[in-house]
Amino acid sequence: MSGHYEAPIREPLIIGHKTYHDITEDIARPIEERAGKLWWISLYAALVLFIYGFGCIAYTIGTGIGAWGLNRTINWGWDITNFVWWVGIGHAGTLISAVLLLFRQRWRMSVNRSAEAMTIFAVVQAAIFPVIHMGRVWVGYWVFPLPNQFGSLWGNFNSPLLWDVFAISTYFSVSTVFWFMGLIPDFAMIRDRAKTPWTRKIYTFLAFGWGGKAKHWQRFEELSLVLAGLATPLVFSVHTTVSFDFATSVIKGWHSTIYPPYFVAGAIFSGFAMVQTLLLIARKVCHLEDYITMYHIEIMNIVIILTGGMVTVAYATEYFIGWYSGSRYEDFTYLSPGAATGPYWWAFWALIICNLVIPALFWFKRIRTNILATFIIALIINIGMWFERFDIIVINLSRDYLPGSWTMFKPTIIDVGVYLGTIGFFSVLFLLYARTFPVIAQAELKSILKISGETYKAKEGDEHH
Amino acid sequence: MSTTKIVYGLYADDDDLMNGVKAFNDKGIAINEVYTPFPVHGLDKALGLKKTRISDAAFIYAIYGVTIGSLVTWYVMNHDWPQNIGGKPAFDWAHNMPAFVVPMFELMVFCAAHMMSLTFLVRNKMYPGAPAQNPDPRTTDDKFMMEFITDDVESVKQLLVDTGVEEITVKDA
Repeated sequence: MSGHYEAPIREPLIIGHKTYHDITEDIARPIEERAGKLWWISLYAALVLFIYGFGCIAYTIGTGIGAWGLNRTINWGWDITNFVWWVGIGHAGTLISAVLLLFRQRWRMSVNRSAEAMTIFAVVQAAIFPVIHMGRVWVGYWVFPLPNQFGSLWGNFNSPLLWDVFAISTYFSVSTVFWFMGLIPDFAMIRDRAKTPWTRKIYTFLAFGWGGKAKHWQRFEELSLVLAGLATPLVFSVHTTVSFDFATSVIKGWHSTIYPPYFVAGAIFSGFAMVQTLLLIARKVCHLEDYITMYHIEIMNIVIILTGGMVTVAYATEYFIGWYSGSRYEDFTYLSPGAATGPYWWAFWALIICNLVIPALFWFKRIRTNILATFIIALIINIGMWFERFDIIVINLSRDYLPGSWTMFKPTIIDVGVYLGTIGFFSVLFLLYARTFPVIAQAELKSILKISGETYKAKEGDEHH
Repeated sequence: MSTTKIVYGLYADDDDLMNGVKAFNDKGIAINEVYTPFPVHGLDKALGLKKTRISDAAFIYAIYGVTIGSLVTWYVMNHDWPQNIGGKPAFDWAHNMPAFVVPMFELMVFCAAHMMSLTFLVRNKMYPGAPAQNPDPRTTDDKFMMEFITDDVESVKQLLVDTGVEEITVKDA
């Protein structure tokens, strides 16, 4: 991957006058140093949320999903909202590492490792919700095809819910394999400089004996390329399939052909927002400012503008059709004049403000190159995308075809607890990752040092003048 | 005592390494192995390595995955227990197939990705906890190492020095 030409006028991707050894030191430092106070405080806070959430999950399993705020009209609520929210967040990682690898976007090398970790951890959270929504989690394995003699029927392959089982589990396992294969050379780097016998043992186990032989690198690059080729359609298929859960149903507002592309764009939009939120912190805490530069932050904000724009077009289309169809049922869908003025007006406007109005500020260069502004807007997008799923599910369901069964949704403390618990679980996983794994794909990064490092760029620039 | 020795030449820079490989090729001295901290562009060609066939294997695994997906959906939905679900055609796989595209696609990706990664590990003799294959730990950091198995230690050493090697180690084979 190295050896390609890069124009001298392009901004360097690695700033500071780094050598290969400096990269090793910078990436190994967070793993080898003792954790700071901030890390421990964050870990304890996350653990508290995690344990509280697990208590709520245990309570749900013990008493049944009546513990949640669901009712006969609104039979999907926070659970599926959170499921779709987490799956969406888990879309940026594989997009960055797979799609951008195929497009030869070198800036991905500084962010792909952490974005992929985030993807995997987010999909773990997402998987919790449909599983506990089953109620009887101990028969959860019935989702896989099992002979009828087993006690259940074969799964129904006509059903988008079963497609989703295949899509999410494949996405999770393939993303994990892709991530782990990329980690092997970096684990070997940590192994070869380990000072204590325990660290050496652990990283020897993880490095699989990697030695960086020429033939092995050749196979490694081929493997990365083909895995990227396989993961690219996979990224798009997963949220498409999640959207089928809604689009193939006969509920007004859900039964919509716009859903697959709109869900995928929304997922990437929210995924990048979460990458920004986490990486801006990780960059500061792990001192990675030379690798995750302002250029990286800006270019990810541009992806947010693009995908946010697609989402805006989809919203506008849905809203327009809601009004233009003249159907009274369409006037109750989540994007319609009825929703904007109905009992859920606050959720409707939260969606519009958080997802359309505020992210539009990224059109200004001063704002998309400002770290604090990026962090705040990314957080707001995360909230907005949660509201999008809440609106799709709750607003559409709350107005049934029978006005007699119209109702509102009230989450219980258990609903809130399970949701906060997954945020805690996600944070625990990410914090442990940030202290034990090489957070940047250092081997790949070394291969572009001479093309895009500041020192080399300066030299090249001189030669050209 | 055999006169065959293992010679290790440690380079500090990938460009020096590439020049070294070219110099050894010109002299017709065989390089046994090269260890680098990152994939050095063009090294496989310079060493005369054949193209890897790991992607061909992936293609076969993908076909296997689609076949499994087709067989499972046919067996479950059309052969073993056909049911009328929402009027969908349940008695003939060809007509029912559009509904199975997602699971078939996912099984294809699943099989291709996992089996290809396993092939990669098996071919490289890599497994959890395997001993490190690089003779010098610095080659995963910032050094580039050439390995020779040779009887003519002196000429290898000379050419290494000429091409700017940083360190030479000689061991008994």
